[in-house]
Amino acid sequence: MTVDFRLGERSEVFRQEARDFLDEVLTDEVREEMERTGVHHSWHFHRNLVERGWLAPGWPEELGGQGRDPLEMLAFMEEFHRAGAPTYAVGTTLMVAGIIRHIGTEEQKQLVIPPALRGEIIIVLGFTEPESGSDVAAAQTRAVRDGDEWVINGQKMFTTNAQEADYVFMLTRTDPGVAKHKGLTTFLVPLRQPGVEIQPVRTLSGERTNLTFYSDVRVDDSLRIGEVDGGWDVMGVGLTLERAGDHGGELIRLLEAMEEWATTTVDDGGGHPADDPAVRSRLGRAAAENEVTTLLCRRSAWISASGGMPGVEGSMSKLFASEALTRRSADFVDLLGPDGIRSQGDPTAPAGGAADYDFRFALGTTTYGGTSEVQRNIIAQRGLGLPRAR
Amino acid sequence: MDLDPSEEQRLLIDAFGALYAKQSPPERVRAAEPSGHDPDLWVRLCENGALEMAVDEVSGGWGASLLDLALVAEQHGRFLGSAPLLEAQVAARLLARVDSPAATAALTAALSGEQLTTLALHPPRAGVLTMTPSGAVADRVVFLDQGQLWWTAAGEARTAVANLGCLPVGDVPIGNTPVLLADGPEVNDLFERARDEWLVLMANALAGMGARALEIGVAYVKERHAFGVPIGSFQAVAHGLADAATSVDGGGLLAREAAWAAAEEPDRAPELAALACAFNAEAAREASYRSLHYHGGYGFMLEYDIQLYFRRAKAWPAQFAEPAALYARAEGHRLSARHGGR
Repeated sequence: MTVDFRLGERSEVFRQEARDFLDEVLTDEVREEMERTGVHHSWHFHRNLVERGWLAPGWPEELGGQGRDPLEMLAFMEEFHRAGAPTYAVGTTLMVAGIIRHIGTEEQKQLVIPPALRGEIIIVLGFTEPESGSDVAAAQTRAVRDGDEWVINGQKMFTTNAQEADYVFMLTRTDPGVAKHKGLTTFLVPLRQPGVEIQPVRTLSGERTNLTFYSDVRVDDSLRIGEVDGGWDVMGVGLTLERAGDHGGELIRLLEAMEEWATTTVDDGGGHPADDPAVRSRLGRAAAENEVTTLLCRRSAWISASGGMPGVEGSMSKLFASEALTRRSADFVDLLGPDGIRSQGDPTAPAGGAADYDFRFALGTTTYGGTSEVQRNIIAQRGLGLPRAR
Repeated sequence: MDLDPSEEQRLLIDAFGALYAKQSPPERVRAAEPSGHDPDLWVRLCENGALEMAVDEVSGGWGASLLDLALVAEQHGRFLGSAPLLEAQVAARLLARVDSPAATAALTAALSGEQLTTLALHPPRAGVLTMTPSGAVADRVVFLDQGQLWWTAAGEARTAVANLGCLPVGDVPIGNTPVLLADGPEVNDLFERARDEWLVLMANALAGMGARALEIGVAYVKERHAFGVPIGSFQAVAHGLADAATSVDGGGLLAREAAWAAAEEPDRAPELAALACAFNAEAAREASYRSLHYHGGYGFMLEYDIQLYFRRAKAWPAQFAEPAALYARAEGHRLSARHGGR
């Protein structure tokens, strides 16, 4: 064995297949619809994925997957992110299906896994609340036992895709009298029932998410995932299943749009912006940060593929990818001059409005899935061995 | 995909790591200032094949890959080696690629240790090879001038330049007796390839330098107490180091990829060489700056080792160009590849 930065022959074949698929299925109509509605889920796209057998290629064949290894999955996901394909609902559904596969009851597995992998149901996440984001364990949404059922009251924030979903995987408080990590329980709560109210929330990049309200919502005890008051352990399982290297893609799309702009725009003197070394320098800096993003993500996937757990490395990928996108998109809005503020969707926007869009979009990436501050705490404490932060 | 070095490469890292630990501890680095040249260290490095390994077997060397050299360069940077390693290796590789009796003779003299031969990274200005790496201590300088490759004796007319990094840089006048090595359409490409190799090796040296600077800072903030607690428990400190650690890790991967690409993905190699050097220059700067700053007033004292790193992180890569210029260089390669229909 020796150093090799290639993902391997099988991964590259799979990558090319993914590209061809995306060229065919991720049509302008699908993109326009996502842009117009702000919903980054397309049932048309979703069903095509299922038809191709690609909803969960990394899952074992007997469960409906293709048994692809982490490096093949990385090549596959790199292409999906690069293309801006709507994968968020697939990701949340598979994460919850993965938790149930590992610690669910037989009945829960039968209920969730086959329809999830057939693309028939969508599961969204219900962790964050109006009063608790990074401090997930501070959840206040109450679940109270009533015979064989539980009664749920509370609110969940950023319940993205709830309007399309069948279940919300919810973290609730079942014992308010003990330390916060110890009184939590997780449930798979059916969303299509009375007492559930979904209120759309619009975000900076035009994406739609939701605030969801739960008033005397009932869930059967058979849909409790894990032990009563054992919700924090269940969250831990979810964390280990989080896909490594899932944070790249956006910056390369932005960079390529800017390179196209820099080489095709004709300026007053008849030249191109790229003739100016100062312009090339700013593009080159984005190229470096994109390469580093890719390498950090690949390292995480490689650790997974070698049987390890990319904890600190995963935090580094996520932190670097989101902060690099934030820096570079802001710089590219500047680089475009006054035209830089023409919005995506406006036909006059340079580089297809990519800089304007990512300037908005990037800020979401520094928060969801653990803020940059949380990632820095993980790197400092688990990676560098520094004392718990104050 | 595999990010672990091979068994042989592991041995190489261990051997040179041990050599530097013994022959280039901070006391020796300080003792070699301000000239920045430790003749003993250079002798030991050569005895252990650091120069011979750079050249292929038919030219009298060991035929190490650029990746092998990069692994040694990483140790060189980690221990702030006061020796002309990078430029001597790159100059020897360039001479080995030039097909002329003059180049063969120059290579023999370089490999024997008789003539310490370096490379000028920039063309002469008014007859002087300014800021030549190791130009203050080398016997000979290989340089490019108007599409022709030459060597000249560094000679007595050269000036050692006092500088930020205590580097043995020199301003070397070409003089009246330079020797022509090659003249032809391929010379520019050969010279650019040598410059790219220097960038790759510098990128790896900076990756090692940044990693060590970070370790020094991390160790300090665990020990040092303020307000009754270790200062590493303050987020303002911890987060700065976490950012630096991320840049250093990412930079290390990029530096290694650039070295690997020289043989495995030659189309991307020039782009990656410049990207890697620029990014690692900034990462090493960030790591050494934060580590120094978190030392408080002690960081400002010459007595603490972190200042050795802080100065060199800026000075070593500056011999080629500032990061912004390297990013522009890399983007130039990217855009021509784009026009080439990539």
